[in-house]
Amino acid sequence: MSAIEMPKANPAILSRKSEIVEALVSAIGSQAVISDPDETIAYECDALTAYRCPPLAVCLPESTAEVSRILKICSRMNVPVIPRGSGTSLAGGALPTADSVVIGVARMNRVLETDYDNRFIRVQSGITNLAVSALVGPDGFFYAPDPSSQLACAIAGNVAMNSGGAHCLKYGVTTNNLLGVKLVMMDGEVIELGGPALDAGGLDLVGVICGSEGQFGMVTEAVLKILPKPEGARPILLGFDANEVAGACVADIIRSGVLPVAMEFMDKPAIIACENFAHAGYPTDVEALLIVEVEGSEAEIAEQLETIKEIAARHNPAVMRESQSAVQSDLIWKGRKAAFGAMGQMADYMCMDGTIPTSQLPHVLKRMGEMSKEYGLGVANVFHAGDGNLHPLILFDANKPGDQEKCEAFGSDILKLCVEVGGCLTGEHGVGIEKRDLMVHQFTADDMEIQMRVKDVFDPQWLLNPAKVFPMEASHSRRHRNIGEAA
Amino acid sequence: MTKILKPNTEDEMAEAVAKAAGNGMRVRIAGGGTRPVGNPVEADCTIHTAGLSGITLYEPDALTIAARAGTPLSEIEAALAREGQHLSFEPAIWAGLMGTPGKSTIGGVVAAGVSGPRRVQAGGARDSLIGVRFVSGEGKLLKNGGRVMKNVTGYDLVKLLAGSHGTLGILTEVTFKVLPKPHATGTVSVSGLDDHDAVSVLSAALGSPFDVSGAAHLPKGDGGSPVTLIRVEGLAKSVDYRTGRLKELIAQKLGNGAEIAVEQDSDKATAPWRDVRDVSTFAGREGAVWRISVKPTDGPRIADVIRDAGEAEFIFDWGGGLVWALVPDHGDACAALIRNTVGAMGGHATLMRASKETRDRVEAFQPDLPRVGQISEMIRRQFDPMNILNPGLMARNLSGKAA
Repeated sequence: MSAIEMPKANPAILSRKSEIVEALVSAIGSQAVISDPDETIAYECDALTAYRCPPLAVCLPESTAEVSRILKICSRMNVPVIPRGSGTSLAGGALPTADSVVIGVARMNRVLETDYDNRFIRVQSGITNLAVSALVGPDGFFYAPDPSSQLACAIAGNVAMNSGGAHCLKYGVTTNNLLGVKLVMMDGEVIELGGPALDAGGLDLVGVICGSEGQFGMVTEAVLKILPKPEGARPILLGFDANEVAGACVADIIRSGVLPVAMEFMDKPAIIACENFAHAGYPTDVEALLIVEVEGSEAEIAEQLETIKEIAARHNPAVMRESQSAVQSDLIWKGRKAAFGAMGQMADYMCMDGTIPTSQLPHVLKRMGEMSKEYGLGVANVFHAGDGNLHPLILFDANKPGDQEKCEAFGSDILKLCVEVGGCLTGEHGVGIEKRDLMVHQFTADDMEIQMRVKDVFDPQWLLNPAKVFPMEASHSRRHRNIGEAA
Repeated sequence: MTKILKPNTEDEMAEAVAKAAGNGMRVRIAGGGTRPVGNPVEADCTIHTAGLSGITLYEPDALTIAARAGTPLSEIEAALAREGQHLSFEPAIWAGLMGTPGKSTIGGVVAAGVSGPRRVQAGGARDSLIGVRFVSGEGKLLKNGGRVMKNVTGYDLVKLLAGSHGTLGILTEVTFKVLPKPHATGTVSVSGLDDHDAVSVLSAALGSPFDVSGAAHLPKGDGGSPVTLIRVEGLAKSVDYRTGRLKELIAQKLGNGAEIAVEQDSDKATAPWRDVRDVSTFAGREGAVWRISVKPTDGPRIADVIRDAGEAEFIFDWGGGLVWALVPDHGDACAALIRNTVGAMGGHATLMRASKETRDRVEAFQPDLPRVGQISEMIRRQFDPMNILNPGLMARNLSGKAA
């Protein structure tokens, strides 16, 4: 696979730049519109930094009404729109094209309503994931989805990508914790869907908007479920001499009826990188490390850990170590969540995100090891073991000609393997541009057609994040329907 | 007499629907026939899913089960129970409530989006469902999601199909994330509370760290007096601990004289939840039944409004957020009153059971706001361009051939 292609900018739009910018400025004021190329460059990429392109302009609205005005203008002038949360997408979900307007929700970060009796919070979508938990934390509540980037990532992006996290084995991902949205349609109309009630009426539109990668509309507000914090939580570290044994231990824990809130797996390269980076106290002489976390009162934690230790003991762990304090627990998680940053200090890397049936774990890890040799590129694995969501980090050297292409080819081989064994291309990062062209391995043309037809309903002009999710050929006719995009 | 079709494979199903679409024949979709929810459907033929039956994949280690849509729910629950697992969303059996014979099928559970009391903790059918295979209104065999519990590949049409009552496609196979069955169950019950105090107690329990998995209030419980129920599940010692802590919490909240009991025998603690789940109290009784979904603290408020208008009985589940109302089945069966009040609260109400005359007059589902209704209708037409699948079931005025 060669580098991922993006559509060429439409010269008809580029030539109208001043007219478009003028319209945007008159709608939301010059302080909220960026059009100087020296400044738009700050929005040229998200966390998939291998791909960059500054947009035509950037809008930073402060209200739903402003978002509506911007979309009306873009709709009328046939300008593609790239919705942006905090720009932490690993899949290129917020990558602009030169003829697009980026709409960033960063300035819309207010909390609108907190209701503990009914256990929900209503927020503007630019608020960060961690800020939500931080806000309700003092009152004993939290927001469950916890992507590794939670310090920075916005709820808007979480909703767009249906983000997960380490604790979704028990609490689910964004879609399981999202009750309602305020959505600005491409034509500027504002609609409210769902709300504080657990069930929304009619078709589950909130369910299909969550994970639609910014292709259906701009979510400006979200109603999120908040949950009471457990009395306590404690991780235990389990080290094994072989990946397969760790995988078998995970299966046995699941079968036992104990439901840990998280089960994280790291292989040796990941353990060493994280330990060197975060000094989390991980054992560095084991092949595989599990972080298993349980929750509850002191007695409940003890009861669950007892069961887990009994199970682990049957697999002859090299290390079996409970966290001894809150500080140690924080450090253990800090190490895990720093995994990507840690790898980044050692090499350039691409982070994959396939999911596999957990029964396939040993087979897939073995195949990945073989492919690593074939490609001559290192790979480190950190993943959510309980739910089979893999995060192989493929290491490469961006300065070495051909290395990035090799890395992408290796990555797509891994994802194809995930699909082959019954899994999927992406578990929590989204398709974006990164896995767009691999969709054909998971879906038939009909399967993709029905998805694109749903986009047709929300965005008949195909202006919202148009060159994402579906292979370029598959979406070609739709993207060209209204605006003769340059071929 | 309408034509009856009973395909035995996905391909036969696709062929049957393609033929119907080609001839412009309207199709009524039938699973077990236990959940006649929605507007009455006028159809030229009935397609049964019963021929598509059987568990196709069950990996207890991976917490995953897949089954053909016509598989009886009881068969799936039995297979899971043998491995100490269950469908965590606790699907209700509505045959008693609806007065319908037959056996609930897993496809019907998904199509109707049925969830039980554990909705407050483990989510609903939509949350456990991870994959679907279905035949669209054009007779195309399609899939979405898969067999892994974390999957954001493409749009989440799985959610859209759950609770779409067959109007987007005929389900042929469904896949779920399952969970270990709890080792023990405990139920805390409080006697004598009015609806408002009861919901306030339930809110406190659901807002506590004690991982409540059921929160219901029966204004006419055993012996006709009010009882408020709170359930916890898990390892035995933990259940004992949490029921104890919840009792303390409620005692503190209600003060002296509160009648609080704790049932720690799992079998006895489980029994009342089956009745809550299946709305057994309203089974075989005269009257129309509404299912109302609001935010929990609005539950008692909507009950007050309905009670003020006349005779009515209620069951509160989901901490107050799910209200079952039994009202006299004449006129519009309180439809205007309920719909207006619930709509203003941001909730919705479904007419579950009523006489043919009432059902012909009253939309079964809360009408969507105009743009939302239009979007839903357009989505249905994308899946079913000829409007042949359960036409009008979800929204009669827009898509049905009935008036």
